[in-house]
Amino acid sequence: MTSASRNFDVLIVGAGPAGMAAACCASENGLRVAIVDNNPQPGGQIWRGASQSSAVPEAAPWYKKLAASRAQVLSGTEAYDHPAPGKLLASSPGGVCEISYAKLILCTGARERFLPFPGWTLPNVIGAGGLQALVKSGFSIAGKKIVVAGSGPLLLAVAAYLREHGGDVRLIAEQSSWPRLIRFGLALAFQKEKLAQSFALKCQLAGIPYKAGCWPVAAEGNGRVESVTLRSGNKTWKEACDYLACGFFLVPNVELPLLLGCELRAGFVRVDDFQQTTIPEVYCAGEPTGIGGLDLSLVEGQIAGHAAAGNREAARKLFRERDRSRKFAAALGRAFSLRDELHSLPADATFICRCEDVTLARLRNHSCWRAAKLQTRCGMGSCQGRICGPAVEFLLGWKPESVRPPIYPVSVSSLAKNISIESQSSLQEELR
Amino acid sequence: MPDAISVTVNGTAVRVPLNSTALVAILMSRASSPARFVRRSLSGEPRGPLCAMGICFECRATINNQRHSRTCLILCAPGMDIRTDD
Ligand SMILES: Cc1cc2nc3c(=O)[nH]c(=O)nc-3n(C[C@H](O)[C@H](O)[C@H](O)COP(=O)(O)OP(=O)(O)OC[C@H]3O[C@@H](n4cnc5c(N)ncnc54)[C@H](O)[C@@H]3O)c2cc1C
Ligand code: FES
Repeated sequence: MTSASRNFDVLIVGAGPAGMAAACCASENGLRVAIVDNNPQPGGQIWRGASQSSAVPEAAPWYKKLAASRAQVLSGTEAYDHPAPGKLLASSPGGVCEISYAKLILCTGARERFLPFPGWTLPNVIGAGGLQALVKSGFSIAGKKIVVAGSGPLLLAVAAYLREHGGDVRLIAEQSSWPRLIRFGLALAFQKEKLAQSFALKCQLAGIPYKAGCWPVAAEGNGRVESVTLRSGNKTWKEACDYLACGFFLVPNVELPLLLGCELRAGFVRVDDFQQTTIPEVYCAGEPTGIGGLDLSLVEGQIAGHAAAGNREAARKLFRERDRSRKFAAALGRAFSLRDELHSLPADATFICRCEDVTLARLRNHSCWRAAKLQTRCGMGSCQGRICGPAVEFLLGWKPESVRPPIYPVSVSSLAKNISIESQSSLQEELR
Repeated sequence: MPDAISVTVNGTAVRVPLNSTALVAILMSRASSPARFVRRSLSGEPRGPLCAMGICFECRATINNQRHSRTCLILCAPGMDIRTDD
């Protein structure tokens, strides 16, 4: 074994709420536990950077528990290959390292779904969660006109956050219809806490128009977005903006689970009651098993952590809570499913693949992913199809092909540097 | 800016809040131009960040000589040398 390799009883990929909860529970049993995560700080999409502030009350106990546990947090570290059973390769700005594990828990989260429309590649057209993340990482949007569009409860959270930070949020355009949302609202009513949360949000939002059954059809501007064309029913109009924050609900990050050979069901990682995937000793928790928000990610993470540590009794006690949250997840999926009209969003000349600048017209000449990839390089650029893949699946019905390592590009210079995990522990000290 | 640090973007000093990502430094360095882009696409279009979470690669630039770094995933450190490709 080289100095760059290291052994853990339980290795977790992803330090969002699911991964943090898994780490806390797995290390209760005195096991050697580590989390790798490609962000600079633990917290995942919802809590990113929250360890620095007390602004997020529900995050604080988890950061405390994680710091008190003996789990090692390797931030800025990305798992990109699975060279042999029980081993992952990970890269960080310092180089690459091999990490061995007895049990693996995949908590890789989700990303926003982006749908191409004319003008979506203009600067300042950005993901809804994307703009929020940018502001969380130091960017100022004070006084800027912002239209928030797309689909999902994230739009509400983002609009509230941007307004709190001085953004002039003009409109929230939700593609789903009122009838769908009302049905979803009824499902919410069975979960009192959730209802309270959504009311609290509504209050914050007072004054920001929320339009359901409304979606962006084009973005216009010279060098950056200056306006967005919106449609609602038969009506089409332009709304001036400095930013268009736009995402169409979420898609799970299943690249690493697929690389490990985990089976999917309807696009999500298939797990048993104990969150174990179809590959023995490999568990999965949080958004990759179903988009269900914070509570579901936390409870699945805890179950996976206990189960991986062999504490099945503790895991079992959480089944009921998880099943309740899963019902919420199912309602979410139904409420925000994409309307048919969105199939005609891109024009022939619209780039579908932003990495290789491939237009819809060029893709239409092909009958499947494989042919399109060979002829156009669609999906073969840096993002490896993470952005265009879900769009192509929705627009053309092509299912993603199997994934190949490395699942993230690794630079030759970092391959040359094998680093030891010990040299990274200073990073972890800073977090405490 | 009370807790600011200084980095350079294309050789010009930029002050950013503590815990800002390199992406924020690039966007701030373009504050005077209306187009806050990060890179040019294959066909020459200006592009800015899309996901801000390490997925889309639209924010890539050279950081301390490391090419193709996703600037949305990297925190600024004092004296960091950030170069865009345009
Ligand atoms: C951009 C965005 C913003 C969001 N904002 C909110 C919000 O404000 N409020 C809300 O209620 N919900 C929000 N959500 C929904 C949110 O995803 C869930 O509520 C919750 O964060 C899910 O937790 P998780 O642990 O399952 O996944 P995540 O929080 O997504 O955590 C997964 C982590 O794994 C990392 N990762 C993935 N693959 C690898 C790899 N190969 N190597 C290393 N690390 C890896 C990711 O970078 C990430 O840090 C947001 C989602 C997105 C995509
Ligand atoms: S903005 Fe998408 S990878 Fe950085």
